Amino acid sequence: MLEIRNLHVSVGGTPVLKGIDLKIAPGETFILFGPNGSGKTTLLMALMGFGDYTVTKGQIIYKGQDITHAPMYERARLGMGMSFQRPPTIHGLPTEHLVRMCARGRETDVRRLAERVHFDQFLERDVNAGFSGGEIKRSELLQLMAQQPDLVLFDEPESGVDLENMSLVGHTVRYLLDSMPDDCQGTLRERKQRRKTSGLIITHSGPILEYVVADRGQVMYHGKLCCEAKPREILDHIARYGYQECLRCLAGDMYGKIAEAPLS
Amino acid sequence: MSKPVDLSRYAFNGGETAAPIEDLSRLSSEDKERLVHAGIDVRDTHVSGAFMHLNHAGVHCRTNREGLELMGIKEALKKYDGLPQYFWKLLSPEKDEFTRAAHEHLQGGYFIRARKGVKIREPVQSCLFIKGSGTGQSVHNIVVVEEGAELNILGGCATAHGTREAAHLGVTEYYVEKGGKLTFTMIHNWGESVAVRPRSAGLVGEGAVFCNNYILLKPVANLQMYPSITLAGRGGVARFNSVVVAPEGSYVDSGNRVQLDAPDTRGEIIARTLTTGGTIINRGYIGAGRVPARGHLECKGLILGGGRIHAIPELDSDVDGVELSHEAAVGKIAQEEIEYLMARGLDENEATPTIVRGFLNVDIMGLPGPLKEAMERQISQLESGNAM
Repeated sequence: MLEIRNLHVSVGGTPVLKGIDLKIAPGETFILFGPNGSGKTTLLMALMGFGDYTVTKGQIIYKGQDITHAPMYERARLGMGMSFQRPPTIHGLPTEHLVRMCARGRETDVRRLAERVHFDQFLERDVNAGFSGGEIKRSELLQLMAQQPDLVLFDEPESGVDLENMSLVGHTVRYLLDSMPDDCQGTLRERKQRRKTSGLIITHSGPILEYVVADRGQVMYHGKLCCEAKPREILDHIARYGYQECLRCLAGDMYGKIAEAPLS
Repeated sequence: MSKPVDLSRYAFNGGETAAPIEDLSRLSSEDKERLVHAGIDVRDTHVSGAFMHLNHAGVHCRTNREGLELMGIKEALKKYDGLPQYFWKLLSPEKDEFTRAAHEHLQGGYFIRARKGVKIREPVQSCLFIKGSGTGQSVHNIVVVEEGAELNILGGCATAHGTREAAHLGVTEYYVEKGGKLTFTMIHNWGESVAVRPRSAGLVGEGAVFCNNYILLKPVANLQMYPSITLAGRGGVARFNSVVVAPEGSYVDSGNRVQLDAPDTRGEIIARTLTTGGTIINRGYIGAGRVPARGHLECKGLILGGGRIHAIPELDSDVDGVELSHEAAVGKIAQEEIEYLMARGLDENEATPTIVRGFLNVDIMGLPGPLKEAMERQISQLESGNAM
């Protein structure tokens, strides 16, 4: 689905990502950890193709196509979708109108989708105008449900969301990634086979892991990826030791040693 | 700062006895099209009255609504002994050369009055139309909403296709009496060589509401207006919403003035301006002489591909406890907003008009159904036309 090769990205002339390699298979969900300022959001923005994020080296291959320099709308039309953490307000544009545009002509029951994320009362409101943290998240998810992307990029789906909303957000993210009706059970194997939508999720604290099926995760530190492991293990480790061990790991890497992440 | 207008270049006389047009739907399709762009749909049956002034004379005037008076100003002056309580009461003929000229050449105009307590939801369509180059049009309008009455007027102003070098002078006096409500929506569709000088003033009484919407989406050579509303009774409210688009060649100097001269009054002026090559001087003034009084003024402008916007918001008061504020901005479309929409699959040619449409936002005018549809049509034409 997605292959990132030796990606270097600068923001405003400052190098932020320094050689990222990452592969995400169809139906796979990958979890990205890392402290503030490590470059996680930069990776998502660069994948989506934001103007201020300049790829200085490396490649982004999506569905077999080199999209390193493709415009954003082309990436979106190819099936990349992104949930924004702090989306801009667009005055005079009702949310319902934007959701319809996300569907790009596909017949979509916007009201039904909106009910799913308890957003039907807000459809007439201008996009992100005075939305609370939870409302922003639900609006983003609603747009993504209409867009039906094949690769979903989530920047901290749990940030600014209260406990009640967390369950709703979590289940909706799962729904987006599962592409399977709620009432359809299926064996684990069947579910896995059926799952075609991939995800790349940034999380700090991990509540989203309660809801999604994610086998792989990695830590971003100073613009580099290290410590690939099961997301739960990474989370436990960070909770216990913080990110200091990542620094040690990367320092070891710099000296040309074979560095193993000291996962217990 | 305004561009001068040489009135001697226009013919203000002749044609005063033009034949009436009984059925507006029999206008040529070209004229009808121009009127649609001024928000007047002659096929619309959901109206409470219709009035048309063509060049130098009134040609159509019809209403069958109880409690609604609609007639030419000359007829009203004759019928009501010169309308001493309304005619030239809010404006002086000596104000400037344009009021002097309007005083000298009274060609017509409308008198619209909603009688006490009568609430009329369907709009009165009033249309001022210029056909023929070199025409100087001069009208005087009076609108009266009596105590507790409600009135909705759609005023469309347009020139016929091919009309060059024309001038429009229009004096309008608005009276909204105690507890009354007037919604006046004015839509201009002039032309690249037309000079326009409306001169308007209004008086709003106790607990009365005056909502004024102004929409200019089409080119105009030289327009200058600064309607002034005085809130003279306790609890009066005035709201102005303007949407002005200036393509290359347009010169628009417009704004609104609200004077809060009674306690518990509120004034709001919201202007959205967009230039794609023309000049817009966007004025606004809220003054307060009594408290409690609240006023808010917004002048927001977008420059898209050349042109000039000069925002001049003014607030003035000499009383303790007044609450006046303003917000002015001249800028471009935020890249962040474009990118947000592009991340949803819209290319730049889709994202920009979507944001501009939201910025102009005629929805806030709370237009009734048929008017709203007419405006939506105009905005769509703007998006698909060369103004972007």
